[in-house]
Amino acid sequence: MEENKETPVFKTIIIDNIKYKTTLTKKFMARKSYEPINFNKVYSFIPGTVRKVFVKEGAKVKKGTQLLELEAMKMVNNITAPVDGIVTKINVKSGDLVSKSVLLVEMN
Amino acid sequence: MYALPATEAGIRDIKGTLSKSSDMSLTKKTSDLKKRMRDALMGGGQVAIDKQKATGKMTARERIIALVDPKSFHEYDLFVEHAGKDFNMGDKYLPGDGVITGTGTINGYPVCIYAQDFTVAGGSLGWMHAKKITKIMDHAMKLKVPIIGINDSGGARIQEGVNSLAGYGEIFYRNTQASGVIPQISVILGPCAGGAVYSPALTDFVFVVDKISKMFITGPEVIKTVLGEEISMEELGGARVQSEITGNAHFFALSEQECFEQIKTLCSFIPWNNIKKAEAFPKKPPRTRTYNIDSIFPSNPRQPYDVKDIIRSIVDDSEFFEVQAMFAANIVIGFARLNGNTVGFVANQPLVLAGVLDVDSSDKAARFIRYCDAFNVPLVTLVDLPGYLPGVDQEHAGVIRHGAKVLYAYSEATVPKMTVILRKAYGGGYIAMCSSHLRADFVFAWPTAEIAVMGPEGAANIIFRNEIKNAENPEEMRKLKIKEYKEKFANPYVAAAYGYVDAVIEPAETRSMLIHALEISAEKVEIPPIKKHGIPPF
Repeated sequence: MEENKETPVFKTIIIDNIKYKTTLTKKFMARKSYEPINFNKVYSFIPGTVRKVFVKEGAKVKKGTQLLELEAMKMVNNITAPVDGIVTKINVKSGDLVSKSVLLVEMN
Repeated sequence: MYALPATEAGIRDIKGTLSKSSDMSLTKKTSDLKKRMRDALMGGGQVAIDKQKATGKMTARERIIALVDPKSFHEYDLFVEHAGKDFNMGDKYLPGDGVITGTGTINGYPVCIYAQDFTVAGGSLGWMHAKKITKIMDHAMKLKVPIIGINDSGGARIQEGVNSLAGYGEIFYRNTQASGVIPQISVILGPCAGGAVYSPALTDFVFVVDKISKMFITGPEVIKTVLGEEISMEELGGARVQSEITGNAHFFALSEQECFEQIKTLCSFIPWNNIKKAEAFPKKPPRTRTYNIDSIFPSNPRQPYDVKDIIRSIVDDSEFFEVQAMFAANIVIGFARLNGNTVGFVANQPLVLAGVLDVDSSDKAARFIRYCDAFNVPLVTLVDLPGYLPGVDQEHAGVIRHGAKVLYAYSEATVPKMTVILRKAYGGGYIAMCSSHLRADFVFAWPTAEIAVMGPEGAANIIFRNEIKNAENPEEMRKLKIKEYKEKFANPYVAAAYGYVDAVIEPAETRSMLIHALEISAEKVEIPPIKKHGIPPF
């Protein structure tokens, strides 16, 4: 099997201060840039359905307070506040389907 | 031999002449056999066959016939009946229980083969279906010949409940036991979903065909119900995804016919089992007019080139049979011949991501090295890499444990190992790419090789940090120091002075050096320490 020789699009990649002329892969270009963990933002750790929301926007909560119930893979998961603070925004309501890493609740 | 005549015909026969009657009964019984065979050979019937063809697929039997040598296929267990009792399954006739098994030859090379028949109950796997497969697998193990499985199945036969799970388990166990003993080839020519995917994943080589092969653990339906995400089968686990993104598949073809040609080519490169060596072919020189090192190879270490062309400039007839061409293209793996004998190539590819080692390329190389080692295929490693790919995504994906696989695989391998350092061999990458420290039998370096702890720019910045910082013109000083470092260390002679490189050779000598190395290591024996097995960084 001879591969079809398309003219490659050359880019630069830097390793140890040396610039190399090379091509990039789809996977490399699609890689996600790193975001530092922000404890004020609560993300879904698993895809599932929001069953109940226990708090309202503006509520003052303590670390460990139950924020909502996320049902996933036939298990009900309690999503709790990661820090003491005020709930500034709730992005979901009960019955919502969420995939993984969706921003559920924002705190201050 | 006397038996009680059971049929009316039989009773009549006894009244007639003996010789005539026995003839008649033979003819009758033969025609009865033929009728039974006709019924069984129809598989799921014409409607189901037409449906299969309408989706652009061949039938299971056609596939086997297309793959093996003409007239070499011999089928067994045609009359096996399924074992389902519940849900009215007892009344149903499923010819061959949805799988065809047998033996044949490929290029005169014996193989055991099975093909799931999608026209019979969607190729679903029930207990007897699985038993047919495990029987032919056991056969392959006893006869020490490769096993080829053609997968085209809707998955477990739900009506048979836990028995279909038992069937899969029996197959997976045998896949594992046979691993490294006989070559195992999986061909995905249809859906292969849920637990079924683990048999191919446990085998050595997985072949897929564009728009036909589909592999996934949970299908688009489940993903939609659970997650509300819509994705097509093709985007989720089609042939391209499996070949390019996941690395689950090793060979990608545009048609079933092309796929069968690839299997035949692969079979010509690998031995029948782990005791044998691959069949030797007539010697052929490389086509150096098309693949000329001088015109392919830039000596500037920052310039890209296609390392596959370097391989083609070295090997017999310039024929290089690449494995996993689309996955982690920053490393190239595949089979070729040197003086008629199969060798496995592992080469950094400067054309893609500068040829770095990363999570995917480490996995890809390590598994191939272990394959070659298990099946007595000598390894040739071509080195030209700037190091490991930097990045948070790589570190968090576990590049430490994945990169370690390459070290493990090379250190563990006892087949003849030959390394040619073409240009860059910096830092950890130098060690990993079959250096003499991992017990390469021969390490050659081209005069363009730069074997150093890191690239000159990086090294100079660290070593001469103060000189550069305190200089009147730091930029000029930096350039000067880089140049100084390059001249002193960016060459093969420092490593050669320590004996880490066995010979610095002209690029044009590479083929003859490798052939000689291969010839004199034909009887190489290396006995590893006694152990049950190692614990590779999987």
